[in-house]
Parts: sequence; C-alpha cells; structure tokens
Amino acid sequence: MNWVVNNLGLIWSLTLDHIALAVPPIILGFLISIPIGWVANRYHASRGVLLTISGLLYTVPSLPLFIALPAILGTGILDPVNVVVGLTIYAVALMVRSVADALAAVDSGVRQAATAMGYSGWQGFWQVEFPLAGPVLLAGLRVVSVSTVSLVSIGSVIGVSSLGYLFLNGLQRNIVAEVISGIVATLVIAIVFDLILVAVGRILLPWAKADPSARQTRRRTAERALTGTVTS
Amino acid sequence: MNLFLDGIAWIFDPAHLNGPGGIWVRIGEQLSYTFGAVALAAIIAIPLGLWIGHTGRGRDVAVLTSGGLRALPSLGLLIIFALAIGIGFKAPLLAFVILAIPSLLSGAYAGVEAVDRRTVDAARAQGMTEWQVLTKVELPLGLPLLIGGIRSGVLQVVATATLAYFASGGALGVFINDGLKTRDYAELIGASIIVTVLALLLEGIFALLQRLFVPRGVTAGRISDVRSRPLRPRAVVGSPIQEGK
Repeated sequence: MNWVVNNLGLIWSLTLDHIALAVPPIILGFLISIPIGWVANRYHASRGVLLTISGLLYTVPSLPLFIALPAILGTGILDPVNVVVGLTIYAVALMVRSVADALAAVDSGVRQAATAMGYSGWQGFWQVEFPLAGPVLLAGLRVVSVSTVSLVSIGSVIGVSSLGYLFLNGLQRNIVAEVISGIVATLVIAIVFDLILVAVGRILLPWAKADPSARQTRRRTAERALTGTVTS
Repeated sequence: MNLFLDGIAWIFDPAHLNGPGGIWVRIGEQLSYTFGAVALAAIIAIPLGLWIGHTGRGRDVAVLTSGGLRALPSLGLLIIFALAIGIGFKAPLLAFVILAIPSLLSGAYAGVEAVDRRTVDAARAQGMTEWQVLTKVELPLGLPLLIGGIRSGVLQVVATATLAYFASGGALGVFINDGLKTRDYAELIGASIIVTVLALLLEGIFALLQRLFVPRGVTAGRISDVRSRPLRPRAVVGSPIQEGK
C-alpha cells in the first residue's frame, strides 16, 4: 500500500494518459461504423462481405497491429497515433455488426410510416431509424468501450505511455502493488466509462426502458459481441 | 511496403526458422499455450455454462463475471501471475486460462439459451430426463454458439500468447522483444506477420469446424437475414374495410 500512497501522482497522470488514448477510438469507431453498418444493412449483398472483413480485422492481434501501423501510416513507432488508429480499427470492427443489427431491428412498419409521412431517406434515417436503433447501438458501444480501455495498456509494450507502464515497471522492480494498482485503475476507468454511457443513454433514449422487445435485441447484441461469434 | 518485404525476408531466413529458439519452435510454444489454456478453460467453463443455460440459475452472476473478466487488462493479469508464481510457462498458461473462460462460458450458456423453449418442452413431454434434454436436445442445437465461444477463446489466447515472454515463457513474443530492444524493424514486422497469419489460420479452421460439426438444420445463432418483412407484403385486395371492427 505504501507504494500506492507514494506514487498517487504517477498513477493519476498515467490514468489521464490512458483516458486520452481510449476516448478517441471509442468516438471515432462509433462515427465510422455508422455509414458502414448502414450499407451492410441496406444492401443485402454487402452484408456478408462487410461483416466478414470486420470480423477478420478484429482477429488481427493488437501488438502486431501496433507494430505494423507505423510501416503503413509512416508514423514513428513511439507515436501514440499508432495506438489510437489501431484501437479505432478494433472499435469499428466490433461496432459495424452492432450498427447493422440495430438498424435491422427497427420495425419496418415504422420506417414505412416515416416514408408515408413525407420524410426523405436522409431525414428518415436521422430522425426515425437512428434514434430507434439507439438502445442496441448503446449496447454495442458499451462492449467497445470495455474492450478499448483494456487494450490501451498493450500500447505501453511499444513505449506509448498508459497504465500499462505500471505493469512493465512493476514487473522489472518486482512490486506487486504497482501492477495491482494498474489493474484496478484500468477497471475503474472501464466502469466509469460504462456508467457514463448508461447515463447518456438514459438521457438521450428515455423510451428505451419501456420497450421489452428492444431490450431483448439489445441483450442479444451485447451477448453476440461478447461471445464474438461471427456466424455469417 | 519495403518494410513488409524485409519482414517476410526475415521470416524465410533459414537461420531464423530452424534450431532451438527458431521460428518453428516459437510457433509450437504459441500453439501449446493456445490449446493448453483453452482446453483447461473448457473443462471449467463449458460444464458450468451448460448448467447455467439449462437451469437458468446464476445467469446474472455469469454475465457480470464474464463482463468483468473481459475488462481485465491481459498484460497486467499475466504479470501478476508472473510475480506471484514465478517466471516460466506456468504463469502465462494460468493467465491465459482466465482470459479464455469468459468466451467459453458465455458461448456455452448462450448456446443452450438460444434453443427454442418449445423444443425443450417438447423433449420433456416426450419423457426425456433432464440429462437427455441437455445432451440430446440443448447441446446439439446450441453447438454453433458453443463452438463460436471456443473459437473466440482460441483467438484471444493465440493473440495474447505473444505476451508470454514477459514471464520468460517463450512463444513468438520473444522476437518482438528482441526486435524492440535492438530496433530491428524487419524482425518486429516478421514476427507480427507470423502472429497475424497464425490467428487468421485458426479463425479459418474454426469457421470450417463450425460448419462441419453443426448438425444439419440447426440454425441457433445463425443469422441469415435479420431484416424483418414489411408489414404488408402485398397490396390488400378484396378485403373491404368493415365498419365497426
């Protein structure tokens, strides 16, 4: 415990580094996967191809990806951009399936009603389909958030500062408390992010709690993302 | 692209491929970790998952634990084991077992749960014992998701086994460590290519296994087309609106 008390400053600054690396991939991954997921849902032929590609991208192990990205992007190997890009790729890979499933779960009657009311395709998507897909999207985003937060620490192997530093330094100096504090801090970040996402969901999607069918789809999406089963 | 060519050239250099500590030996270590850890995890997680799925008991606990375990950073977990039980192959193996458990557990219970309840009730009504219901109905029908769970466990461990070198446990990460220390980018890229190809190969093999081992006609967890049909597929012909209905 002494180590933790003496190094609170270090833990805090590494926690901030960790958060700074984790937030952009979650947000970027969400934004990028919306159009891809929309295409996968809208054009049936593209669904299998897009979901297979995203499944394969998720298969690429993280450390090799972080190492290979500088060669592709032309960045330096110590550049944090590599980690952000790598994690964004994983976020997109996980999220595309959620977006496609979320849009597919929107009642087609509602979609037809929107068209009948005179909504254009663009308006109908943003004002009707997207909000109705919200709860399933949120479930997918929560999975992305947890996995991103835990993957950030791998970046420290290639020298990008995050809570992973505590693991490597703790191993070298044989301080168990240092490694445990790194693990606990990572878990705390993951939980706080999750609570924030749930709170945002409550505010933006107040109807989500009332609809039992949506809850079931949401649960299934979360579980499918967790099991990681690629079945198409 | 030159860097990738350098990496490929590094892999096919006979001096790197063979001998003790060569690429083949390291691939063997990586695969031993993968299958060893998944097999051990399967012994614990699959019976537990089947029981949870069959009885419906402890479901929330299982969801929470597997979610929580997933948030654990794999590197930290590995290093804790290395510090606690010493370096060697045992510490990474145990850490990988823990990493594989959530996928296998959720695959097993989600598989059983995905079976249509009416089918299970029908089996019971035919006079099957609970054990028969589980082994003859729920297990075969839930097989796609169960194998899917094993598949994602295998993929997770084969990727993470690269980190075993932190506990002096060998495997392909040794080359990555060397490459980082000596700033040998060809070695780094070469090792990365091997790990990635290994992961993709296993993914392909499991996709095949999933097809081979799943009984014909089983569709649990297979999504062919999730889009719902339009409410009114055809124009309504010849059904006048009835007043007062």
